[in-house]
Amino acid sequence: MTATAEAPAKAGAVPSMTVTLKILRFDPDGLDGREPGSEYWEEFTVEAHATDRVLDALHKIKWDIDGTLAFRRSCAHGVCGSDAMRINARNRLACKTLLKDLNPARPITVEPIKGLPVEKDLIVDMEPFFASYREIMPFLMTSGPTPERERLQSPEDRAKFDDTTKCILCAACTTSCPVFWTDGQYFGPQAIVGAHRFIFDSRDEGEWDRLEILNDKAGVWKCRTAFNCTEACPRGIEVTKAISEVKRALTTGTV
Amino acid sequence: MSPATTLYRGHEGMWMWVVHRTTGIAIFFFLLVHVLDTALVRVSPEAYNEVIGSYKTPLYAIIEAGLVAAIALHAFNGLRVIAVDRSTWALRHQRQLVWAVWIGFAILMLGFLPRHLMHAFGGA
Repeated sequence: MTATAEAPAKAGAVPSMTVTLKILRFDPDGLDGREPGSEYWEEFTVEAHATDRVLDALHKIKWDIDGTLAFRRSCAHGVCGSDAMRINARNRLACKTLLKDLNPARPITVEPIKGLPVEKDLIVDMEPFFASYREIMPFLMTSGPTPERERLQSPEDRAKFDDTTKCILCAACTTSCPVFWTDGQYFGPQAIVGAHRFIFDSRDEGEWDRLEILNDKAGVWKCRTAFNCTEACPRGIEVTKAISEVKRALTTGTV
Repeated sequence: MSPATTLYRGHEGMWMWVVHRTTGIAIFFFLLVHVLDTALVRVSPEAYNEVIGSYKTPLYAIIEAGLVAAIALHAFNGLRVIAVDRSTWALRHQRQLVWAVWIGFAILMLGFLPRHLMHAFGGA
């Protein structure tokens, strides 16, 4: 007898598993005999690989089981910031959250982000969120003639606002904030992050215009340092630190 | 009728925010009652004595212990919030500071409670 190498499991095969997703759905139209505007939990069971993300499971549901499930996604790789949702009661990007990290033995709950009006299933109206962002004037403000070459900046000056340039406007921070849930007037963490990016930019001259807006009673002083935003940010921005720096600029009068 | 949604699973910071708010509101209502009962002495000293006398009952001794607990927690966490706002080190170590708040609170209550309860129930 010659020894034969018995091929065990195919090399590189990814183990698969069964996961249940419990999705909070909102039906504005009233299909299937439901009341228009009804909200209900629905469970879906799908086969998934250990390498799959929550977004892959949502795709499987939408493509193979129930085409009426509505959610936003664009790049699917954690850059566009479209698919922020509340997964197992915490804000995360569906495209950056692996199923195997969520204890797939129990149903995984998926809800829309909190504090913004729900339009359908996991899709919320982002307009109030973007309106806050527009209010802090997220663009370069300068005086004098435009230089012929680039506006130069030292690496040290660039480092001051490096963290807040990473924002992808996914709203995971703003909709994790307990103050924002109850007070829609609050600018929210994201708008302050957006303002921080320009306030601490040495090339920008509009810092005091923005600081004046954020000195409002719906501005930075509404922050109660609950740290939900910092923990929710899929880009790892130290959001509470950015808010603190804006507070400090306002109390000391120096940027 | 909309179904129950999940409770946001925040970490220590969110729960300390809840604690700070709850104790803050409790202390506010205590102060409100306290201003009223103290003002009663101007209206009628007898009524004042009667109201203050009722505070010496065991029920109020327990409420008093709760008041001290609320003030101690609010004070220690207030110091943590100030530290978080003023220093980047405290901001990055806010979770450890939450434990410091609870340890400080426990030490204070361990010193206070036996003395207070002996006074209220032991007849000392």
